[in-house]
Amino acid sequence: MLEKLKGLVDSFGLPRTIITSFFVFVCLLAVFLGIPFLPLISDMVVRLGMNGIMVLAMVPAILAGIGLNFGLPLGVLCGLIGMLTAIEMNLTGFPSFWMSLVIAIPLAVVCGIGYGWLLNKVKGSEMMVATYVGFSAVSLMNIGWILLPYTNLELKWPIGQGLRTTVNIEGRMKWVLNSWGRIQIGSFHISLGLLLFLAFWCLLVWLFLRSKTGLAMKAVGASRQFAVASGLNVDKYRIIGATLSTVLGAVGIAAYAQSFGFLQLYDAPMFYGFGAVAAVLIGGATVRRANISHVIIGTFLFQGLLVVSLPVANLIMTGGNMAEITRITISNGVILYALTQVSGGQ
Amino acid sequence: MGEFVLEMQNVSKSYYGTQVLKNVSIAVKPGEIHAILGENGAGKSTLMNILFGMSVIHSTGGFEGEVRLGGEAVAIKSPMQAMELGIGMVHQEFMLIPGFSIVENIKLNREILKDNIVSRVFGEKMKGLDHNSMAKDAKAALNTVGLTIDEWARVAGLPVGHMQFVEIAREIDKENIRLLVFDEPTAVLTENEAANLLATMRKLADSGIAILFITHRLDEVMEVADNVTILRDGALVSTLRKQDTSVVRMAELMVGREIETMAREKGSEMGQDSTILSIRDLHVRMPGEEIRGVSLEVKRGEIFGIGGLSGQGKIGIANGIMGLYPATGEVLLNGEKLELNNTKGSLARGLAFVSEDRRGVGLMLDSSIEENIAFTAMQVKNKFVRKYGPFSQVAQGEMRQHALAMIKELDIRCRGPLQATRRLSGGNQQKVCIARALTLDPIVLFVSEPTRGIDVGAKRLVLETLVKLNKEFGMTIVMTSSELAEIRSVCDRIAIISKGQVEGILAPDASDADYGLMMSGDFAKARREGVV
Repeated sequence: MLEKLKGLVDSFGLPRTIITSFFVFVCLLAVFLGIPFLPLISDMVVRLGMNGIMVLAMVPAILAGIGLNFGLPLGVLCGLIGMLTAIEMNLTGFPSFWMSLVIAIPLAVVCGIGYGWLLNKVKGSEMMVATYVGFSAVSLMNIGWILLPYTNLELKWPIGQGLRTTVNIEGRMKWVLNSWGRIQIGSFHISLGLLLFLAFWCLLVWLFLRSKTGLAMKAVGASRQFAVASGLNVDKYRIIGATLSTVLGAVGIAAYAQSFGFLQLYDAPMFYGFGAVAAVLIGGATVRRANISHVIIGTFLFQGLLVVSLPVANLIMTGGNMAEITRITISNGVILYALTQVSGGQ
Repeated sequence: MGEFVLEMQNVSKSYYGTQVLKNVSIAVKPGEIHAILGENGAGKSTLMNILFGMSVIHSTGGFEGEVRLGGEAVAIKSPMQAMELGIGMVHQEFMLIPGFSIVENIKLNREILKDNIVSRVFGEKMKGLDHNSMAKDAKAALNTVGLTIDEWARVAGLPVGHMQFVEIAREIDKENIRLLVFDEPTAVLTENEAANLLATMRKLADSGIAILFITHRLDEVMEVADNVTILRDGALVSTLRKQDTSVVRMAELMVGREIETMAREKGSEMGQDSTILSIRDLHVRMPGEEIRGVSLEVKRGEIFGIGGLSGQGKIGIANGIMGLYPATGEVLLNGEKLELNNTKGSLARGLAFVSEDRRGVGLMLDSSIEENIAFTAMQVKNKFVRKYGPFSQVAQGEMRQHALAMIKELDIRCRGPLQATRRLSGGNQQKVCIARALTLDPIVLFVSEPTRGIDVGAKRLVLETLVKLNKEFGMTIVMTSSELAEIRSVCDRIAIISKGQVEGILAPDASDADYGLMMSGDFAKARREGVV
């Protein structure tokens, strides 16, 4: 019996098992405490759509053999620049959102190629280097936010120089996806726009992974020697993986920000990578293996847990920032666990 | 004290049911140089692992038989204990610390200590090193092996030959040393250094130390050994006195075994004798298997064998032609020049390669059988791909059908085309590799070590598959293998590689002596001297 249970846990993944049990436990507690459950579920679905694409960004990086993309902030910064520029151009509604992507994606492609090139120089310690690439890019952009020649007063501090730490995008691109195709049934609501947007990018990634190039990229990640023996240029496919991941990071922050309602500049992007990494790991991915179902399951579990634990924690113990503490504990714990599972060498 | 320093009696050992040593007995007298001769896998290393009490022996259930040192039965449980009993080892790869001086290396963990003020108060642990007496000892040991260099020089930067002598000096510096094992000591040495080394061995033996000399170089055995024990496939073939034997006789004994020829008739194409692949002055920089100027002609429709001892370079040829390791030289396929160092180009031109490193190079272990089979052909020849403008999608249906056909054709035992290759047995994994190569429709198929690490029954199946491909489809196959018996059973012609060059080309039914001499690199010399 115990053997069987162990086998089941092994095949399901330890982090996924723990988080799932915890999630179920907190959900039961919420029902028990009489917290209205339907709004919570609505919230979970919104959070899935909000965060899903940033988590999806992990898939190409993992499959290309780069590992968990801790350098996600690089893509996030590209996305932020896209959105800021769209506001600077005084666009509103969907046009502002699409313009953000039109600007952000080419930028992310350029950054991604450079990022991939750098990661090719440090094979074997990509994750460590990627983390610091993310940190450095964020720090560099701290200067950038001060110096970039944006003139729109919604973006700039009223006095002095530089952009605000938090830019309100109310009336710009806020909720363009969330409000499109929004269905409200009693206290339960669901926004088709947001979910379709996520589904669209998942589909693109899925199609890519079934293309000749996608398969080659997977082979490079699965076994570098094998790929070389099949005549592939390993470095090229790793750059493709890094670039895709960066682009998805840029698109991901746009989806996130339009739902959140604010653009957070300066140090805020620094830790976006960790949340995304934790989510994909909770979904059952490892540093060598990931697929789209891991993204969906992981994002739902991780974000769902955060959504439910907030009201529960507030009821049980007042004061303190329980949701934040849960988020950081879980994300760091899961990342730590995953990194201990990396077997040395290739 | 008995007559013999070392006696090993009826030693048998098996790893997980595979017997690697069968009733081997040897005995060595003081002052004797006793050579142990055998091919790769003959059991030499296992015998030494037993002598040194290596943990690999004890963790796999120990061994049968008895080891006696100086007439007393001993149970050696660890290399440390072997050392205490006076057994020393000169390794093939140097066990020296490059950043330390020669003295420090020689005296490591056996330092001579002297008292100082602190140690008188705080005891043993605080004693200092007696550099002078350590240097004196080291110097004496170095003199014994005939090395006149500064004993305080660092090991890093010493010529390879000198390092070997430092190792020997370290061993003979041990006071109670009575048996010294040399494990293929001349493998990395130049001829001059090797000659020096042999002279030193003789000198050491004359001082009363018994020497076990593991090698596969026959001329060295003749030069320095008193007696020789020949192992083959884990069994003792013969123990001979040097006077009673010859290079040719030893070569025969080392190689000799029944050759089982697989029934095969030549296809019609073979008769044309046209060259399909010609290799001219190929150099390949593959670490450990370097090729230094090989020229070969492979004929259309034949199975061409490449044999030789490991480390001599035979594996480098296929790897070099496929562009996996940097190569220079000229390779012509069907008379047209092949661009070297371009794997994709080689594959596109109709060469395919089944690597010796099955699990590393040959397979994506966590991917499905069908992906493994189809992958290379997809990337190189756009098979199993549907194009939509600049975009492409894998044609899953075609890929599945092809995989199923291959599974049937090659009799791959699996749960289905979606099973991950990691879960397959070695033989079936090898068949997946072969299927992947065949999917490329190759003109010439390179197969390296096709039967390494797979069990006996599966070996036969893999070899039969190769013969069948050759016979039914006229496919030219270049097969590299460490197992001489295996290449002799399937190949039409066999090139033996020694020291990165072709020692000679033999027919499968050539004499064992010729094979043995070529493998050990003594053929040219023996012929010069008119022995053969």
